[in-house]
Amino acid sequence: MSTPPRTRTRPTPAAEEAALRKALSSTPRPPRASARSAAMTFGWRGMLKVKHVPEQLLDVTITPVMFVLMFTYLFGGAIAGSTGEYLDYILPGVLVMSVLFTTVYSGIALNTDLTKGVVDRFRSLPIWRPSPLVGALLGDSVRYLVAGTVIIVLGVILGFRPSGGVGGVVAALALVIVFAFGLSWVFTTVGLLMRSPNAVMNAGFMGIFPLTFLSNVFVEPETLPSALEAFVNANPISVLANASRGLMEGDVSGGDIAISLATAAALTAVFAPLTTRLYRSRA
Amino acid sequence: MHSTLAIEASGLVKTFGSVRAVDGVDLAVRSGSVYGVLGPNGAGKTTTIRMLATLLRPDSGSARVLGHDIVDEANAVRGLVSLTGQLASVDEDLTGRENLVLIGRLLGLKRPHAKARAGELLDAFGLSDAAGRLVKNYSGGMRRRLDIAASIVVTPELMFLDEPTTGLDPRSRNQVWDIIRTFAAGGTTILLCTQYLDEADQLADGIAVIDHGKVIAEGTPGQLKASVGSGALHVRLLDPEQRPEAERVLARELGGVHLEPDPAALSASCADADRAAEAIAELARSSVGIADFSLGQPSLDEVFLALTGHPAEEEPSDEEFDADEEQAA
Repeated sequence: MSTPPRTRTRPTPAAEEAALRKALSSTPRPPRASARSAAMTFGWRGMLKVKHVPEQLLDVTITPVMFVLMFTYLFGGAIAGSTGEYLDYILPGVLVMSVLFTTVYSGIALNTDLTKGVVDRFRSLPIWRPSPLVGALLGDSVRYLVAGTVIIVLGVILGFRPSGGVGGVVAALALVIVFAFGLSWVFTTVGLLMRSPNAVMNAGFMGIFPLTFLSNVFVEPETLPSALEAFVNANPISVLANASRGLMEGDVSGGDIAISLATAAALTAVFAPLTTRLYRSRA
Repeated sequence: MHSTLAIEASGLVKTFGSVRAVDGVDLAVRSGSVYGVLGPNGAGKTTTIRMLATLLRPDSGSARVLGHDIVDEANAVRGLVSLTGQLASVDEDLTGRENLVLIGRLLGLKRPHAKARAGELLDAFGLSDAAGRLVKNYSGGMRRRLDIAASIVVTPELMFLDEPTTGLDPRSRNQVWDIIRTFAAGGTTILLCTQYLDEADQLADGIAVIDHGKVIAEGTPGQLKASVGSGALHVRLLDPEQRPEAERVLARELGGVHLEPDPAALSASCADADRAAEAIAELARSSVGIADFSLGQPSLDEVFLALTGHPAEEEPSDEEFDADEEQAA
């Protein structure tokens, strides 16, 4: 292997050098960013990504739209007697599905981050350690909001007129987003354990797909074989879908809301520290 | 009060699986100096820098950076240093400006200040025109400059630069060198990891050569080159068949002949341009056809050959260490 002859670099023009020197020394270190401020900044980062690549919202919105249209018009008559009646049943369920599918993307985004050098910079900054994670999930909540809103608007266009009114719909959406925040910690953990974003996607959907279909999102559990019915009723996604339906219809069971919130809290309590630990030790 | 040593490391060890990536590294870096850590891929440079920058916890040994222990006072260290990683440590999915505002905010600047600071840095690093473009569309050189700009959003007392010019074209490399020189002249302590002797020679006041996780030589660039032999005449022949003849001539004229992997190329120790010219003339008199020749500094390979008796090996790359580490995690 030969070394090329030594090349002398041209001298930096003095002006350029002065600008560099000034840039280097002009900013003394400010007091540290608070935990809240750091997390919010990471949330802002997440939103910028959506702004630059809005297409990434397509997969999470198109699929649920297709499900609503397909199930309502193809199976609605067969399942519920009329498409209108079925829409009332399925829409709050698809809202749950749509937002929960979006949570998988939190894990994919985190895994993608880890393959890039930028995480090194974040980890070398004097910031509250979990702030990149908490912030990313806060940013993702905006996506959940978008995904949920698309479904609700679609429903209204198709004739969905819930008796719970606007308040009920907003409450349902809020509940689903809180639940999604809890669930997304599961996928950030998965995101840190898997080797590639694709693997996260596969693992994520392999979990969330059957869990969503084996719930009461699409069909009343009473029509199922008894073992399956028991499973479907115990599925937290069924409970959440029930709560969401109840809120929209203005006839909610407090128990369903409590169980949904408790599930979200439990998922956060287990998986948030796990995610933080893995994030610290990996890379 | 800091001691006059910006970095003091003793006996740093980091093992990934069965690989001792760093195997007892000692370093002493004076405040205000540029210190080069020179070695091939997989020698343990990146792992060392990651421990010193508090991204990795050493298995044993200890180090103080700017007077703070890298394990017990990691957050204090993070508050004083900046890191430019081997992969450009910027967010490709954001614009250049957004990257700098992001870092400014995370370091505690108020929003208007962070924005003003981003503008100032983009100007100083010649990136104003590209400020609104996504970083994934930047060239390698622009990305590196942004990366370095992100490292000085607030003035660091010590900068870690991990292979700042690897993969850059010569022009971008010179720009990065100029930036590093300017910082050094301003008194910032810099720890620079590199695979290029040339780079360490151009920028560093002191150099540690690292191999298989150990420091195998240390000194000023001058001392190091003196210990290795100061340079070599590289010759490429028109006809590989003539290499034995060229070898005889060069051995007689200069000595220290080394046959390159290229069957038409060989080199001989030589520091002096006049003697090199004579040797070339002698080759011409012996009717050896020369395709090209150059007088260059010893390559990293030659440094390694001189210091260790074996050429620089590139078996386990740092990337592979990372993979091992993931398995361990």
